[in-house]
Amino acid sequence: MKNIAKAQEPFKFCTRLHLSELTGLRATTLGQLLDLIKEVPGSCIYHHTHRFLQQHQYLSPEPPNDFAYWVADILGEDELGERLVSIDTMQYSTIRDLRVKIASTIEDYLNDNPLAKMRFARSGEEFHFIKSVSFILPTAYVVYDLKEFVEVLKKITIDSIYFHIFEARLRLEKPTNDFSFWIEHSLGDKELAYEISRFDPYTSTLEDLRKKIVQIIARRIVQ
Amino acid sequence: MAKIEEYIPLVGQSVIDDLSLLSERLKGKVIQHINSTPVGGGVAEILNRMVPLLRELGVDTKWDVIKGGEQFFAVTKKFHNALHGRAEEITSRDFEVFMETSQQNVEGIDTYGDVVFIHDPQPIALVKKKSANKWLWRCHIDVSNPNDKIWGFLMDFIVQYDSAVFSAPAFSQKLPIRQFLISPSIDPLSDKNKELPQETIASVLRKYDIKKDKPIITQISRFDRLKDPLGVIEAYLRVKKYTDCQLILAGGTAEDDPEGSKVLEEVQERAKNDPDIHILLLSQNDIEINALQRASDIIIQKSIREGFGLTVAEALWKAKPVVASNVGGIPLQIKHKYSGLLCHSVGGASFAMKQLLNSPEYAKKLGENGREHIKNNFLITRHLRDYMLLFLSLYHPEDIVRLC
Repeated sequence: MKNIAKAQEPFKFCTRLHLSELTGLRATTLGQLLDLIKEVPGSCIYHHTHRFLQQHQYLSPEPPNDFAYWVADILGEDELGERLVSIDTMQYSTIRDLRVKIASTIEDYLNDNPLAKMRFARSGEEFHFIKSVSFILPTAYVVYDLKEFVEVLKKITIDSIYFHIFEARLRLEKPTNDFSFWIEHSLGDKELAYEISRFDPYTSTLEDLRKKIVQIIARRIVQ
Repeated sequence: MAKIEEYIPLVGQSVIDDLSLLSERLKGKVIQHINSTPVGGGVAEILNRMVPLLRELGVDTKWDVIKGGEQFFAVTKKFHNALHGRAEEITSRDFEVFMETSQQNVEGIDTYGDVVFIHDPQPIALVKKKSANKWLWRCHIDVSNPNDKIWGFLMDFIVQYDSAVFSAPAFSQKLPIRQFLISPSIDPLSDKNKELPQETIASVLRKYDIKKDKPIITQISRFDRLKDPLGVIEAYLRVKKYTDCQLILAGGTAEDDPEGSKVLEEVQERAKNDPDIHILLLSQNDIEINALQRASDIIIQKSIREGFGLTVAEALWKAKPVVASNVGGIPLQIKHKYSGLLCHSVGGASFAMKQLLNSPEYAKKLGENGREHIKNNFLITRHLRDYMLLFLSLYHPEDIVRLC
């Protein structure tokens, strides 16, 4: 095994815990959903496009967002559901851009299918807008090299992995995920950083994501 | 009572580490819970488990109880029913009784907490004592269709709180204060949910003369029309036409509920000619409920209305395939076809049960997914975490709170 490179700046694992804040806003039709998507806080858009990742971390990676689930399963608009499911979240670096894409996808669909405006959700099946409130806390884990990094990665909470991969990039608007950023800038390993950053984490469960990153880094350590 | 470290084998060390991280941020704050009773009812049950655990984590937690006579609690029971959407005649005298007792409590209770955490409508008027401290109102009731008169009356108090907490998104209303979604939870180490030896399960079945020679379908619920026990029997009979099986309807006695006794009679009458239907009156015996759930092949919860429906979480925690109505908090616990099957009717319930009996691998997968979902979202450890985050939110109005 080659010597393990030590970083100048350590990687400090943080964790992100969240509370769901209710807004009292609800939609029963696609038109109402669209209007509210345009005006609710970004924290709502974030909640409804990322909640499933954390709450259903053990399942196959579907359905990835609440809007897609609601229009398909409650309103019966399967085609729009598919269009919303297939929005490539990785392409969007801010919640603002993601919101615009979701809204325009619904708008385009309504233009093509005006009858879809007539669909109503049954009582009790309305879409309720919820905000995600994030609390970011440092953990006790601070590492200086890949070996230490991978050992912590194996045992850290899923919330920590979630924070460094998803929230840091999209909600805190960093250029890439925290792991790739540290590996590239503090360890100087551009290749490994790229390998991790090119995953589409939205098509894995969080546990699978943990396993994949652990495997890649473990392989790198013995190279 | 279980200690916090006893949860580590169930949820992992890292989850408990997170709880410790949060509790450090609450050092120096006194959290004062206030409700209407120290025993009996869901709120007292959960506080009896949570208060000692919060203390063990280092959060200075107190619990006080208001005083109220028979008249007061008769009025608050009416409020409770009206908030659930039931027709109730509420007189101006009822409001006077509520306010008189509330005033006595305002004068008699010391609200010393840095955070005063009020549970349900009975102590809601204590907020008149609000000073520089923070006040939370926790609504444990389904208020998706509340009686306007009562809701309007309570609203005068609610708006004085810093934040409100509800159990399901459908229970939220437009409010001028912050409101949070915190689901209730089950305690995996309580008598109702802990692992049981096979011998205990077998002895409970023996006690009630139930043989494990054909699949068991079970609904655990009090005998109440809103739990639709007659609909459960109808669904079971439709299943039995194709697959031989047996049904257990088990629930508490309904001595204080005249309608409950009538429902029980109707259920017994409907079941009398079928020896495979077991009607069991259990007087709050958690070990027996646990054993019956564990002995079952399918758990059904065919409620017409439901507050949250924690019996579903209890069943899923035992990795049982569940068929349940798509009402109240149940869809939060079951994602249809992932972690159970949701239904809207007797026909839907019987079809789902037939599917599960005929596809045991599918049923097993749903049960396993259900257990994971409960583990991640509906155990008391998640509830502790949410409550500590809630307390912190009182000091942080922003959407992204950096505690680094």
